[in-house]
Amino acid sequence: MADSTQSAEAIVSDVHKKIRAAFEAFDYESNNTVDVREIGTIIYSLGCFPTQANLHDLIAEVEEDHTGYIHLDKFLPAMTKVLLDHKFPCIPEDLLLQAFEVLDKEKKGYLEPEELTKYMTQEGEVFTQEEMDEMLTALADPEKNLVYYKDLISQLTIDPDM
Amino acid sequence: MSIRAALLIQRWYRQYAARLEMRRRCTWKIFQSIEYAGEQDQIKLYTFFGFLMDHFTPASSERNLISHIFRKNEFCHDTEWERYFCYKSIEVTDSYTGPHLTFPMTFCGVSKLVEAFKHKQQLHARYVLQLLGETWRLLRIFPNISQISAYHNKQITICGDLHGQLEDLLLIFYKNGLPSSEKPYVFNGDFVDRGKNSLEILLILFGFLLVYPNDVHLNRGNHEDHIVNLRYGFTKEVLGKYRVHGKKILKLLQKIFSWLPLATVIDNKVLIVHGGISDKTDLDAIARVDRHKYGSALTPPKPTKHAVNGSKTQTINNREACGPVEGRRRVCSLTYCSSGPAHRHDLPRRSLHNAHISSQLNWSLEKELKKRRRLAGFDQSYRELRTSDSDPESGETTETDVGEWKQIVDVLWSDPMAQNGCIPNEVRGGGCYWGPDVTEEVLGRHNLQLLIRSHECKQDGYEFCHNRRVLTIFSASNYYEVGSNRGAYIRMGPDLVPHFIQYQASRTCRELTLRQSVGWTERSALRALREQLFVHKSDLISAFQEFDPNNKGMISLRHWASATERVLNLGLPWRLLRPQHVSSTQCGMVDYQQWIRELSITEPKQEISDNSILETMYKNHSNLETIFRIIDTDHSGLISFEEFRQTWKLLSSHLQTEISDKAIADLAQSIDFNKDGVIDINEFMEAFRLVDISAHT
Repeated sequence: MADSTQSAEAIVSDVHKKIRAAFEAFDYESNNTVDVREIGTIIYSLGCFPTQANLHDLIAEVEEDHTGYIHLDKFLPAMTKVLLDHKFPCIPEDLLLQAFEVLDKEKKGYLEPEELTKYMTQEGEVFTQEEMDEMLTALADPEKNLVYYKDLISQLTIDPDM
Repeated sequence: MSIRAALLIQRWYRQYAARLEMRRRCTWKIFQSIEYAGEQDQIKLYTFFGFLMDHFTPASSERNLISHIFRKNEFCHDTEWERYFCYKSIEVTDSYTGPHLTFPMTFCGVSKLVEAFKHKQQLHARYVLQLLGETWRLLRIFPNISQISAYHNKQITICGDLHGQLEDLLLIFYKNGLPSSEKPYVFNGDFVDRGKNSLEILLILFGFLLVYPNDVHLNRGNHEDHIVNLRYGFTKEVLGKYRVHGKKILKLLQKIFSWLPLATVIDNKVLIVHGGISDKTDLDAIARVDRHKYGSALTPPKPTKHAVNGSKTQTINNREACGPVEGRRRVCSLTYCSSGPAHRHDLPRRSLHNAHISSQLNWSLEKELKKRRRLAGFDQSYRELRTSDSDPESGETTETDVGEWKQIVDVLWSDPMAQNGCIPNEVRGGGCYWGPDVTEEVLGRHNLQLLIRSHECKQDGYEFCHNRRVLTIFSASNYYEVGSNRGAYIRMGPDLVPHFIQYQASRTCRELTLRQSVGWTERSALRALREQLFVHKSDLISAFQEFDPNNKGMISLRHWASATERVLNLGLPWRLLRPQHVSSTQCGMVDYQQWIRELSITEPKQEISDNSILETMYKNHSNLETIFRIIDTDHSGLISFEEFRQTWKLLSSHLQTEISDKAIADLAQSIDFNKDGVIDINEFMEAFRLVDISAHT
């Protein structure tokens, strides 16, 4: 929730601070660079929901010529624009619920790990095995080993004022 | 249709996982900052002792206290010590249900010991002293650097910090097998402190050492140090488990620690030390030192002064809390001073740095060092000290002694950094930070190919750096909190290529979902952080009020984050932490007074006339505890009013804060819950333990 009396300048400055904070968490050598493989985490943590394709495009824009590093000087303006334009808006709860319901063909109210795995690793922007394992660890109910997606969505919604 | 659904879910999930990862990193940073700040605090304790030394005059009213703290050793010779440590008079009664040991130790005997500890039994004090006595005798014949070989297809197992976490050691033995001639082990220090089974770990490791002296190798860590143990829990553990013989056991352990080897080398190619190296590291020099002279690695060596001029001065052994009595002449640096502030901005920015905290306490290393140097009569920097005048009367603390001491401190306390160079490790307060160029130079100079060290907790239990020439191995899983990290150990064959096995003790954490595990660890970190927040309460309120000119009591979340960042200066991403920290918000506004109240505080049992003493006490409470334990020489857990009062007066003049006698008397009264004229240290610490006021799940 933005403070409505803020000037445009203050908003930009605010955004800059957010980006810097997230960037610094991965700037191990304290020289304003991060490994390109971490940039996705940074972008996501700023509240954006890009697709993999979106990410690749953004990275291509800011990467330092195939060095494997991204410098804050390039990242900051690009990311600021992304945030100010709300380029990768968050996914509304109801849409997410619908998506799960589409996959839950039998309308059970939950998904079995095998079902979810099949979709996540074979369709769309597929998950690696590692990502899949992690997802199941994160989402599956530890006792029943099922993904109760309805409960999850309400528990895991993003804080809108990021 | 399902493709679009899948895409959406994938997109959502990746975002969610990234946020979790970010939270995990922040949590990590918090724990690390607090851990290193604690170690830095420890160093400040030594400057306090230095201060005491400088103010020591025979006429001063505090001289009883000071000489009490700096008491000389009662015995001088090993034979006298052996008599003191004799276990023979200790009887094992029939009511004892723990394991019985026979000597010489056998494999069966140690296995029995492991089993007993697995079942939470306690070893009788007689056997403890006997085992430790044998260990002491054995260690004295070992060289400073153990040379071993991975020949005949032997795989060597290398473990890092265990920190009293018996579960992890048992897990390693379960996965890897017990030590034997066929299964050699290297344990790279920090066996004790923090965890609650430090003693059991030591007894097991020493047991195996006695049975397989050629195949079990122990390196000393920075926590194998009796002063550090006073602060980080090992002393407390021993005294709690052995009320009658605990003091003796601790004394014997003090000797054992000083006799632990400093390094292990495999096939002249792989160097294993606990902390690391510096640009000055010289294995030949290390091999030559009298390692047992350095009881507590964090205090410089004392001169040995023999009786002169018919005075009654005795030989002062270097086993007590701090620097020598001959304060004026001795070398005084606890860390070596850098050539100037030039390096500061290059320091790895990963933790609480000295600047803010020390200025808060009016107590900076630099100021203290400068002052003491001035008092000692010379103004040169450390590097020039070798040319300082030497008093023919005093014993020589030669340049060699200090150089030796530095070699040892560096090896036990240093950390690697990403940048080139070698600078003092001001975060920990001892040793240095060394860069990849130093690694290349030192390894090259000694014809080595790999440096294995421990000392730093790593999320995956191990981590390479410096172009894979330095390997950190850490074996205490869930070190900061359940789920915080895995532990690992190394298996290395004749090809000297390290292979890693990772694990995580604790069934609980395996049952948690990823989200719960991160949340758990996070809450723990935030609890730890609360103390820092509380200590800066008044500054925080002022900062918040700047954003609230109309005194509405509410400020925006953005301002909250900004003010908190500014006051604490921890380098923590408060904006990212915010959702977890501030639970009570309405429309993005924080009721900051309420938030401050919700920080854990405890009300003292009585009205204290001086509020500032309370704040000072909170800021210094772990140092206070350590000081009290040092004063409490008979380890009774009690100190007298007078000792308490004198300590406070000294501390307050050192801190340059005003604390009136009345305030101290009130404080002492309020802490003496039994009204019997002595202060129970544990009660004292309990009174100031931060307590949860708001209900947190």
